[in-house]
Amino acid sequence: MAAEQKGQRKPPTKKVPMREQAPEVRRHNFEEVALGYSQEEAVAEASKCMQCRNPKCISGCPVEVPIREFVNLIRQNDFMGAAAKIKETNSLPAVCGRVCPQETQCEQTCIYGTRNEPIAIGRLERFVADYARERGEPLPPIPPKNGRKVGIVGSGPAGLTCAGDLVKLGYDVSVFEAFHKPGGVLMYGIPEFRLPKAIVKAEVDYLSKLGVHFNYNYVVGRIRTVKEFMEQDKFDAVFIGTGAGAPSFMNMPGENLVDVFSANEFLTRVNLMKAYQFPEYDTPIRVGKRVAVIGGGNVAMDAARTSLRLGAAEVSIVYRRSREEMPARLEEVHHAEEEGIKFQFLINPTGVLGNEKNRVIGMSCIRMELGEPDKSGRRRPVPVSGSEFVMDVDTVIVAIGNSPNPIIMQTTPGMEVTSWGTIVINEETGMSTLQKVFAGGDIVTGAATVISAMGAGKRAAKGIHALLGNQLPTATLDAPKNEAPPSGNRKRRKVQK
Amino acid sequence: MYQVLAKETLNSVTKMMVVRAPDVARVCRPGQFVMIRVDETGERFPLTVGDFDRTKGTITIVFQEVGKSTKLLGSLNVGDSITDFVGPLGKPTEADKYYGTVVAIGGGCGTAICYPVARAYKEAGNYLITINGARSGDLLLFRDKMKQISDEMYETTDDGTCGIHGFVTNVLADLIQKGRKIDLVFAVGPVPMMKFVSRTTQPVNIRTIVSLNSIMVDGTGMCGACRVTVGGRTRFTCVDGPEFDGHEVDYNELMGRLGAYSEQEAVSNNRWAALHGGVK
Repeated sequence: MAAEQKGQRKPPTKKVPMREQAPEVRRHNFEEVALGYSQEEAVAEASKCMQCRNPKCISGCPVEVPIREFVNLIRQNDFMGAAAKIKETNSLPAVCGRVCPQETQCEQTCIYGTRNEPIAIGRLERFVADYARERGEPLPPIPPKNGRKVGIVGSGPAGLTCAGDLVKLGYDVSVFEAFHKPGGVLMYGIPEFRLPKAIVKAEVDYLSKLGVHFNYNYVVGRIRTVKEFMEQDKFDAVFIGTGAGAPSFMNMPGENLVDVFSANEFLTRVNLMKAYQFPEYDTPIRVGKRVAVIGGGNVAMDAARTSLRLGAAEVSIVYRRSREEMPARLEEVHHAEEEGIKFQFLINPTGVLGNEKNRVIGMSCIRMELGEPDKSGRRRPVPVSGSEFVMDVDTVIVAIGNSPNPIIMQTTPGMEVTSWGTIVINEETGMSTLQKVFAGGDIVTGAATVISAMGAGKRAAKGIHALLGNQLPTATLDAPKNEAPPSGNRKRRKVQK
Repeated sequence: MYQVLAKETLNSVTKMMVVRAPDVARVCRPGQFVMIRVDETGERFPLTVGDFDRTKGTITIVFQEVGKSTKLLGSLNVGDSITDFVGPLGKPTEADKYYGTVVAIGGGCGTAICYPVARAYKEAGNYLITINGARSGDLLLFRDKMKQISDEMYETTDDGTCGIHGFVTNVLADLIQKGRKIDLVFAVGPVPMMKFVSRTTQPVNIRTIVSLNSIMVDGTGMCGACRVTVGGRTRFTCVDGPEFDGHEVDYNELMGRLGAYSEQEAVSNNRWAALHGGVK
């Protein structure tokens, strides 16, 4: 330290900024907000990386991206090589580069970031993933099929990650998706302006080229049960990654009025069904002039910003705690504020008011104040008596979270679930209480992040390989092994409310 | 893709199609529904399964052409394919049980859904009374089929062009007034019909099951568009239904929610009429 202080210390550096659509422009369109780095910008940012001998960034990454190595390849202008390096461990880099909360993961632990803004790892990941996708990336060598079949239920981030890891190990992988398109929450939940659907499709196409079979319109638990998968279809293992699919409501009067939506419904109509292109697409959506979005997470931000783009004049986030407790990413809150979303803190809705046609004409609310910390460590909001008032709104979107969809659990006897309805798993292997049935993502943790679901998919892939890999038929024992057995140093999973 | 194997025009507004969907047919039971997306730009909408054939791997759907999506579906011909056809969804009817005397009521296109359920009641040994109602005689569906399975059959039309002049509820009230012992009523049809059937049976405490047709997006419990108040609690038609205790359903709320997109439906309908002709 003393030696360093002798010289003139440079002022802390900032990340090379990423270009964005101007707020007043983007609030009227569904095109992507962030525009990405140019080659020059990416190299400039990567060149700041210190290439630490013992890097800390990778320990912050749930899917163990070799960050130092890929950043170094960018420094050498080998963008295709950098993309291939990331894809060794991460099947969805263009997605992660856009929606991961890097500020609490790799960038939080970046050693360069202790004095400066950290290296913009997320922006660099996005840059190389886009660069390679646009130029057509070659497929990595795939080992010969090892004769083992794995079924994956759900094609969201957990399922896609598990599928990608297993297909690269020689497994015969089939994905079963209830919707008509792959991607799960990446497709129906996250808006086009944050994650263009063409990118999700390209990442899935890449997995198809690696040999993953995708089945759509396939509701597991209805068409076929997990037990039938194992016994009749002879899957050697099944991974359940069905997400947190059932929307929670406030259970307040008036919540079933016509202009009250769950965020799931609102976003699915717009994102998956493309209601923003109605009537070219048949699915309708309606949004009024004054919209209240209840909740303070990323989904609430997405619903609010989508409402604005659909033509609402005034959109408010209504959150019962204060700004500090909001679970949404800072970047999302910042983008929402730039676009003109209003934030109404310490307010709890108590009822939705309707007219004789069941249309919303207001929302009754009560003001809150923060009391003692609750179990989650956040200060618990308590109502301020006598502070009731009516908010003048004509559309209400409820974005207070989701609980697990019960279809699989109801049709899979013997699989232990928690009182929340989430699947109980072995934290090391990802296996449920049923032999050879694995699970991961929101179906295990309750609503969390894309990257934590991906980490869970990766853990289950390792668990499946550890279980099945040493029972392989002799003929395939020579197949290259490019993944270490599970080490047990499981990554911390961040669970958001 | 799900191929249309047969198509029949049942009346001026109703069509029947047999669709190849072996995965669905293998496990389908009466009372369940499928979600349909006709083409790449189409919307997802639910249709209750009319019939199924496990050996042939087919599902029969019967639908009234009321909006753009059902008209688009009706424009498909034998050999064409439906892009997406998901199911079976929802809870099946408990029709394979013995109740005693069952009155099965179908209104309009609802008769097509009522038929397989009523048949199952009959096969379980129940004494089956059917009431088949429509606005007008030419809109009465499945008259022969209903006759074949019924121990007693009544037909009603709003305009008196066929059967009894009046509503299905007139017949039902009459049966009750005559002191007929009725153990279960099953009703499927327009929401007002189900509402008034339930109002007729409530004072005399006859168990009444109705099959609801809420607006849905995914059909698997994910979006909550189909929520309906039943017995003071919010339920999802797609996973908790589609059948509920008729005495507990908030029909006014249901009707409001079914009309949520009437303006947009008119826009789509007009576009369809401009492209394909026909009545708006």
